[in-house]
Amino acid sequence: MAECHPVGFQWVVEARQRGAKVFHIDPRFTRTSALADRHLPIRAGSDVVFLGALINHVLAGGHDFREYVVAYTNAATILSDDFRDTEDLDGLFSGYDPESRSYDPASWAYRGVAAEPAAGAREEEDVRHEHGPEAQYEATPAQTGPAPERDETLQHPRCVYQVLKRHFARYTPELVEELCGIPPEAFAEVADAVVRCSGRDRTTAWVYSVGWTQHTVGVQYIRTAAILQLLLGNIGRPGGGILALRGHASIQGSTDIPTLYNLLPGYLPMPFAHEHEDLDSYLAGAAGDTGFWGRKRSYMVSLLKAWWGDAATADNDFRFGHLPRLTGDHGTYRTVMDQIDGKVKGYFLTGENPAVGSAGGKMQRLGLAALDWLVVRDLTLIESATFWKEGPEIETGELSTPEIGTEVFFLPAAAHTEKDGTFTNTQRLLQWHHKAVEPPGDARSDLWFFYHLGRRIRARLAGSDDPRDLPLQELTWDYPTEGEHEEPSATAVLREINGVGPDGAALSSFTELEDDGSTAAGCWIYTGAFAGEVNQTARRRPGTEQSWVAPEWGWAWPANRRILYNRASADPDGRPWSERKRYVWWDPDRGDQGEWTGHDVPDFERAKPPGHRPEPGATAEHALAGDDPFIMQTDGKGWLYVPKGLVDGPLPAHYEPQESPVVNPLYGQQSNPARRVFRRRRNRYHPVGGEVYPYAVTTYRLTEHHTAGGMSRTLAYLSELQPELFCEVSPELAAERGLVNGGWATIITARTAIEARVLVTRRIAPLRIRGRTVHQVGLPYHWGHAGSVTGDAVNDLLPIVLDPNVGIQESKAATCDVRAGRRPRGPALTALVRGHRRAAGLENEGDDEP
Amino acid sequence: MTYDPARSSGYPDPPQRVGFFTDTSICIGCKACEVACKEWNGLPADGPLPEDASVLELTGMSYDNTGALGASTWRHVAFVEKQNDAGGLNWLMASDVCKHCTHAACLDVCPTGALFRTEFSSVVVQQDVCNGCAYCVSACPYGVIDRREGDGRAWKCTLCYDRLRGGLEPACAKACPTDSIQFGPLDELRERADQRLARLHSDGVTEARLYGEDPADGVGGAGAFFLLLDEPETYGLPPDPVATTRDLPAMWRWAAGAALGLAGGVAVAFLGARGRGR
Repeated sequence: MAECHPVGFQWVVEARQRGAKVFHIDPRFTRTSALADRHLPIRAGSDVVFLGALINHVLAGGHDFREYVVAYTNAATILSDDFRDTEDLDGLFSGYDPESRSYDPASWAYRGVAAEPAAGAREEEDVRHEHGPEAQYEATPAQTGPAPERDETLQHPRCVYQVLKRHFARYTPELVEELCGIPPEAFAEVADAVVRCSGRDRTTAWVYSVGWTQHTVGVQYIRTAAILQLLLGNIGRPGGGILALRGHASIQGSTDIPTLYNLLPGYLPMPFAHEHEDLDSYLAGAAGDTGFWGRKRSYMVSLLKAWWGDAATADNDFRFGHLPRLTGDHGTYRTVMDQIDGKVKGYFLTGENPAVGSAGGKMQRLGLAALDWLVVRDLTLIESATFWKEGPEIETGELSTPEIGTEVFFLPAAAHTEKDGTFTNTQRLLQWHHKAVEPPGDARSDLWFFYHLGRRIRARLAGSDDPRDLPLQELTWDYPTEGEHEEPSATAVLREINGVGPDGAALSSFTELEDDGSTAAGCWIYTGAFAGEVNQTARRRPGTEQSWVAPEWGWAWPANRRILYNRASADPDGRPWSERKRYVWWDPDRGDQGEWTGHDVPDFERAKPPGHRPEPGATAEHALAGDDPFIMQTDGKGWLYVPKGLVDGPLPAHYEPQESPVVNPLYGQQSNPARRVFRRRRNRYHPVGGEVYPYAVTTYRLTEHHTAGGMSRTLAYLSELQPELFCEVSPELAAERGLVNGGWATIITARTAIEARVLVTRRIAPLRIRGRTVHQVGLPYHWGHAGSVTGDAVNDLLPIVLDPNVGIQESKAATCDVRAGRRPRGPALTALVRGHRRAAGLENEGDDEP
Repeated sequence: MTYDPARSSGYPDPPQRVGFFTDTSICIGCKACEVACKEWNGLPADGPLPEDASVLELTGMSYDNTGALGASTWRHVAFVEKQNDAGGLNWLMASDVCKHCTHAACLDVCPTGALFRTEFSSVVVQQDVCNGCAYCVSACPYGVIDRREGDGRAWKCTLCYDRLRGGLEPACAKACPTDSIQFGPLDELRERADQRLARLHSDGVTEARLYGEDPADGVGGAGAFFLLLDEPETYGLPPDPVATTRDLPAMWRWAAGAALGLAGGVAVAFLGARGRGR
């Protein structure tokens, strides 16, 4: 965190000065470790073992926060008799189909709950399994039928609590030592601290970053942490939570108002072709009917009204038919394969540099080289704009400039200081930034670019009577502009996102949205950001002038709540769990018959008393009881066990990374059985534990640079601080391979070989894994061929293999070979890589590509 | 009353003496101070090689690719990897800067008056007066001040004199995310440092110590002092710095005495000779 989020780390420093204990679990000793109470080096790719052992420690010792667990989680819920765990099936859950490499989740359901949704949705799911990641993101999946059976004594052998207990029983401190390389004493120290610092009076927070997510089991890493935090009562309470540190400013914003192919704004799923012919069939499978997702029709209709305005009416399904449809996987890596296969003609890169920043760099560049046209919008001429003349494949002869047909348009972009807009951070906090200076020369904001591109396309289509042009012709595309370049007003865009009522005035809460077309809102979770016709995101009242929750600093979705599900900060009767952790509570003396109140905006219906019980058959929020804090879930409970919504299992299990130095000792199943692989000539995977690629390799970032370097390797003051790519190796590995500090090393995988300067350091410790020494090689990935300081692209080494839920690549754990000295140049480089592949027996694998 | 360098330099009613307290126990080595300093002061980027500053290359010294303070580097974060007594690893990070000494040798030796004491008691070079003689370079007991290649004049930290005149804190302190670099009235900083040291000692961090905070030390106390977690030498700081001009008055007295003695001897010799010649 100190390494990549130094500004946010000030609060960790402050917490530590107030007595908080800080553990840092990371393969390398970083700037964070330097300020932690303890650093635990861990083998990259083994975190489910570590977290699973903590869960086992909590369950076996009876350390769970029992009152919280019984009332607020699905621990008591009884599972279907059809469910089989990894314990029974040697690493698989029930429902696995080896042919399609996917699960049918029907057997994971709660007992007595029909897991089968409507027929259309069922069919749609098969489409998804065949073609790509699950489209359901945060929208809780539909769950029909009566309330599930529960045993609140937690004794029933098929209740979630008992299933969890059996599932995690094999995740022991001994296993942590064997697979993570963490000694039992160190593990015990963490386990004791986590238990001691959880409960009524204390909370523990877990902070993670892409070290957890960029794995073939990335989503399940977070799930493991969620189980632990729910068992300890650390969700919905101050000082608790699982905090994701995002990789870029406003990455949160780009999932809320998504740049993801399978989402619409506000986590509404994208409709599928043929499955969702009309709004009703879409809404049936879009989300659950109970909990606040039960209002999905009002969210969707308001979105359609924001986009198609007066043209969207009840008679025409609010122009639901105008939305594009998915026909399968259009994720970034699938698209790269499609580019190489000649299926993609044009491509926009907006602030993204895949030639350096994405896994399998060669595949990325070959994909770009196979396009008809490419638009690159960035601050400088990044590698993705110059691959056709300076990329590594030009040097090796794999590509030649005259033969690349891609027409590349480089359009300079305005930086955030040169335009108005918001950042949404990981805490869902929107903060407005004002333009400080005019962008230089031809540089324009992304808003300018897309608005005027749309305007020009619409002008061309104005006279068309082709029905396929109707969605563009009817689009509301009328933002006011200002200045000589006709910059669209970002404030007007935010107001449209916020939404307006029938009178045209800005709405103040998503609960005001209607499903009859009388309201319009571009993203329901952001409704309230412009409440009272005031840009709430621009508020900057200092913390010293308001309460410690600081509600007037920016604006947080939803409804300016700073902690989600904060009803859980009070006990089932609505009283704070303790004075020390008082946050939101029920005040019987407020309002007519009592109200929720507290330091934060209560994440609960204000007047619903703790003892409220829903009427049978109620929908939306009316189906939730007064002690159901997880209001977006269909049952109002925190899910220790996920009956539906994940594609690789209802519980996390330890699987080794695609490329691992060791065999998985837990199950016969080595890696995530549902992971997404691309078997191609240029994307060969290493064998497990082989001698040719014997070392574990992990990638990361440095404080001094930003991601693929477009914003930092072009700046002298940052370039001078980390001028060259380096690899970090332990003194032991250096001795084994003859590496010298300050010298050169060549790192080799089946994909390519790169060179890096050598830093020999004790900060990368060799680990004892399953009785043998495993060396790890650390590589910061910031360099590429463009900019004022250059170097080989580390991501070129990595294979493309993905988490099946969200399609993220496994960047944090792979294997490699290391040799002293610089890499060969030109065709000799490909010969070196080929030689290694031949030695590993990989030369004839995966030849489905010409 | 403590010695006030500004008052002693002739400011009749100077503002409070200000300076830096750099608490290295909470430094995260982000180098924001280095970047903010260069941005504000418009300093050129430079590599770690003294012979050619235009070469940007890896030093191999942990994450320190800056190397040392110099004419174009007025903040320098040192990174020291060191095994501790418990067998674990310490990664010490510390942001070094000009000490703005109470008794500043650089200022004493400057023949042109380019170096001067400001009303804030900081020490600043005026490049338009500097003749590049480099007396200050050899006079500094910390090796802080240097001449810029191709320019010839001496440059160093100004404690952001222009910002102080405008009522702003220095750029490095403003940019520091963890408040490792604290700026303020020196008396307050010393008090805060004493409290921080006591807290660390009571927490069992017995190796914590202050450096440059004592007005009785060889430079009369530094205007920029530090809390360190190891010996000063570990960070590349001199253990017992002395203003190189501290002994000059005594030396001048000795020299004067010697000169008088010599003159007397010569006189006697002449007298004697005259006598002999008679």
